[in-house]
Amino acid sequence: MKTLIRLLLLAACLGLPAHPALAEQITIAAAADLKFALEEIVAVFRQAHPGDAVDTVYGSSGKFHAQIQQGAPYDLFFSADIQYPRILAREGLAASEVKPYALGRLVLWSATRDASKMSLADLADLADPTIRKIAIANPKHAPYGKRAEEALRAAGLWDRLQDRLVMGENIAQTAQYVQSGNADIGIIAQALALNKELAARGGHALVPDKLHQPLEQGFVVTRRAADSKLARQFADHMGSPEARRIMVRYGFVLPGEATGR
Amino acid sequence: MPSPADWSAIWLTLKLAGLTTAILLVVGTPIAWWLARTRSWWKGPVGAVVALPIVLPPTVLGFYLLIVMGPHGPVGQFTQWAGIGLLPFSFAGLVVASVFYSLPFVVQPIQNAFEAVGERPLEAAATLGAKPLDAFFTVAVPLAKPGFLTATVLGFAHTVGEFGVVLMIGGNIPDKTRVVSVQIYDHVEALEYAQAHWLSAGMVVFSFLVLAALYTLNPTGKRP
Repeated sequence: MKTLIRLLLLAACLGLPAHPALAEQITIAAAADLKFALEEIVAVFRQAHPGDAVDTVYGSSGKFHAQIQQGAPYDLFFSADIQYPRILAREGLAASEVKPYALGRLVLWSATRDASKMSLADLADLADPTIRKIAIANPKHAPYGKRAEEALRAAGLWDRLQDRLVMGENIAQTAQYVQSGNADIGIIAQALALNKELAARGGHALVPDKLHQPLEQGFVVTRRAADSKLARQFADHMGSPEARRIMVRYGFVLPGEATGR
Repeated sequence: MPSPADWSAIWLTLKLAGLTTAILLVVGTPIAWWLARTRSWWKGPVGAVVALPIVLPPTVLGFYLLIVMGPHGPVGQFTQWAGIGLLPFSFAGLVVASVFYSLPFVVQPIQNAFEAVGERPLEAAATLGAKPLDAFFTVAVPLAKPGFLTATVLGFAHTVGEFGVVLMIGGNIPDKTRVVSVQIYDHVEALEYAQAHWLSAGMVVFSFLVLAALYTLNPTGKRP
């Protein structure tokens, strides 16, 4: 009997939350292009909120959008296409206004050749027959894929390159296709190409933004986090000078700043 | 209604599953035969390797295939040298992946059936003057027929149900690697629930019919 009581006590102790009672927890769902930039921003935020827990999940914006509509437990949603959070707001699923946080840029990147030397004015170098596989994100639900399709169409290459295109589930998987060398070149997010590991190999070049609609990105606090102080604080943190500096370092154009390169 | 893209995904899936099953019956039968009859110490390790895809997450298989078949991997260097190009993002690559992925579902039923046949019929055949290969085809294979039926159905159905591996090495190319499971995933992500329902319900009906037919026609051989 004594052993049983001890065991029960032990179980009760293990069941206690690891954080003090006042601690809060939030989960952020973010477009895959934010993978590296947001991790740094979250790290800064964690230092200021040592007792709280901030979790991040990365994937395609379209998927998170669908999941939040079905009640997924995400407190903030950072979308590579501002349309998705706008739809959530219209459907009453948001607890904040939709805040634009950046413009994304597309780059050509290769791990096996120097893409920075490619002529980009019209993307015509992509037609080079030694390029056998070109990776883009799936235009059906990944915003970077949608814009890549627009750019290829504007360049008159979409139909010609059809049988060379491979599609990643999100922009990070697209980058991984290129990184492993299985695709010769990819049209990926600049924010990913600027990551240390990717920047060290091959080279990248900006896709002219006149070839596609702007990649306007936005975030919302979701309805389930309406009462979460921590979610509000993180939303404010995105506007802090430090967070903005990190975003700029990863090649994002911030709202209210000059675009076009 | 299913769109032309859906139909092409369905056709591709059937083609992949059919080809994979055919290859597995050819490759898997000798493995099953050996596993059923050997007394070698290697039976345990080889049986474990065959069964690995049952317990491994598909992502493990997908990851290694991507590396091994990639430009720096041994298989990738061989296929490039042989002038085939690289296997990831191609139909051939999916066939290779599916052969590994569905291997235990074909080998194990056949192995069980061979074990059930036992030594006696083969000894009898040998006494009557049959050569080992002759005895294999005229005695062992016919007696193991239920096992072959189960293996064919499970190998086919399991390949139709493949998703994780395809997502990792497929690259979502229409008519080459965009199979039904991936097409459903795309429909759901794009919020095309009506389309997703058509394909998903179709998969439920298909899978039910296949298993019901198997368990009705072959009540003794249903254990994989």
